[in-house]
Amino acid sequence: MTAIQKRVIINGIVMVLSTLSAVIGLGFLFWILFILVSNGIEAMNWDIFLFEGAPPGYAESGLKQALVGQLIIVGAATVIGVPLGILAGTYLSEYGQRSKLAETIRDVSDIMMSAPSIVVGSFVYAVMVIPMGHFSALAGIVALTIIMLPIILRTTDDMLHLVPTTLREAAFALGAPKYKVVLQIVYRGAKAGILTGVMLGVARVAGETAPLLFTSFNDNYMSTDLFAPMASLTVTMYNYATSPYADWQRLGWAAAFILSMFILGLNIIGRLILLNKKGK
Amino acid sequence: MTHIIDKIFANATRLIAIIVLLITAWIFTVLFQESLLSMQTFGLDFVTESKWAPNLEKFGAFAAIMGSVISTFLAMVLAVPIAIGVAIFLSEIAHAKLKAPVGVSIELLAAIPSVIYGMWGLFYFVPIIRDIFGGIGIGMLTAGIVLAIMILPFMAAVTRDAMNTTPDILKESAYALGGTKWDVIKDIVIPYSKAGIIGALILALGRAIGETMAVTFVMGNVHKVSFDLTQPATSIPVTLANEFTEADTKLYFSSLFELALILLVISFTIISIAKFYFLRRTRRA
Repeated sequence: MTAIQKRVIINGIVMVLSTLSAVIGLGFLFWILFILVSNGIEAMNWDIFLFEGAPPGYAESGLKQALVGQLIIVGAATVIGVPLGILAGTYLSEYGQRSKLAETIRDVSDIMMSAPSIVVGSFVYAVMVIPMGHFSALAGIVALTIIMLPIILRTTDDMLHLVPTTLREAAFALGAPKYKVVLQIVYRGAKAGILTGVMLGVARVAGETAPLLFTSFNDNYMSTDLFAPMASLTVTMYNYATSPYADWQRLGWAAAFILSMFILGLNIIGRLILLNKKGK
Repeated sequence: MTHIIDKIFANATRLIAIIVLLITAWIFTVLFQESLLSMQTFGLDFVTESKWAPNLEKFGAFAAIMGSVISTFLAMVLAVPIAIGVAIFLSEIAHAKLKAPVGVSIELLAAIPSVIYGMWGLFYFVPIIRDIFGGIGIGMLTAGIVLAIMILPFMAAVTRDAMNTTPDILKESAYALGGTKWDVIKDIVIPYSKAGIIGALILALGRAIGETMAVTFVMGNVHKVSFDLTQPATSIPVTLANEFTEADTKLYFSSLFELALILLVISFTIISIAKFYFLRRTRRA
């Protein structure tokens, strides 16, 4: 066998192995997706949106409390986390720039983005749940906000950085003060990017379960009281899936399906916004 | 007037940015304070003893720490070769028409919440392991495999990004010299993006070790060190997820906080190494 033949054969083997691993990897992932969709669709019905959680065996059982709780917890975390994250990101890109402080904040946020979310849950447990004496939706909101902040901060920083300096200089030349340049020129230029960042950030925290386990805890009934425990789709899913009752497990799959569609939807729309922007 | 608003705006943004820093410091401080009692009571025994008996007020985290190490190691052993294969496929082999859809679907799968991987593992993977290896199907092996599947999309996506940093002109030169695809991959792409690939893998490791929900369903939360991987076991996040709402004494809580602190320090270190040692170097290059 000549050297060339040998190289061609080795090349062929590597091509096959690598394609095979792609097939195996994607195979597993699509298997999960298939299970999720088939179980989810089978479990979906209108009752899920109309009724609260009921004891197993009860016909009129749904996820209303978890859907409402999820909206409240993730919604409130978004309302608090997004403006704070955007302002902090604005500091990094527009004021701090390459300063030591800005670089440190970038580094720490980068690490916090990948840090275990259950640790954030235990932190919030220590500073909120123990002093208050009980679980509360508020504690869950704070936990998700802490997780969301570094994500929004870093995307805002990156997206503002993409706005051309000449635009800022043009505005400065017209005599605009810096805050106006930031608010009216830089933000406008980075609008699509920031929006995408926000959507991906929301999608990320919406799927968080671990930090809610011992902050907002769970509740089988509708509650809108921020100072009381509150159900979320993720914790409800965990509790129902680990229960031995078939109808609770079915509700668990429904929760998993609704949540995944929401998160995938946000991800897809976020990407489309960026693509659309680039296309122009 | 505008001068004042300008100052206020600048300082407000700076204050909020600093708050992000302070929260991180605060997390470390609080976890440290809360674990003081456990540190004083058990000292170093906490990390070397494996007896975890809440009823006896005896807490040793060795089993949980080993569980985290073993399950993450298993997951890495399984996921790394496949992730590298997928990354090579996506960056070098796949036809342009296939690259985008496969790449995007991998990224979308990385966005699926880990609790769903755990739920799938419990209902569909545990029975398979039970049939093949016997036992109850819940344990270290199952946890390692589910963790590997969960981390795979993220790992493949960042590894592919690292490989994609190789300039086309280098690859084209190698092809022009008569290199096969594999020659180009092993002599050009991998040497060029080595630091980035290692960084990507370590970053995935940092995520895997702190992952809670993918493993909580399938691990069993049993505080025992066993070399039989099919036996139920536990890890730091699994212990936290299962026992935080059950803890009833000060010492129990303190021990759990010490576990959380250990987990935070471990993952902080791993992620820092990935980000600052490997990934930063590629950015400069």
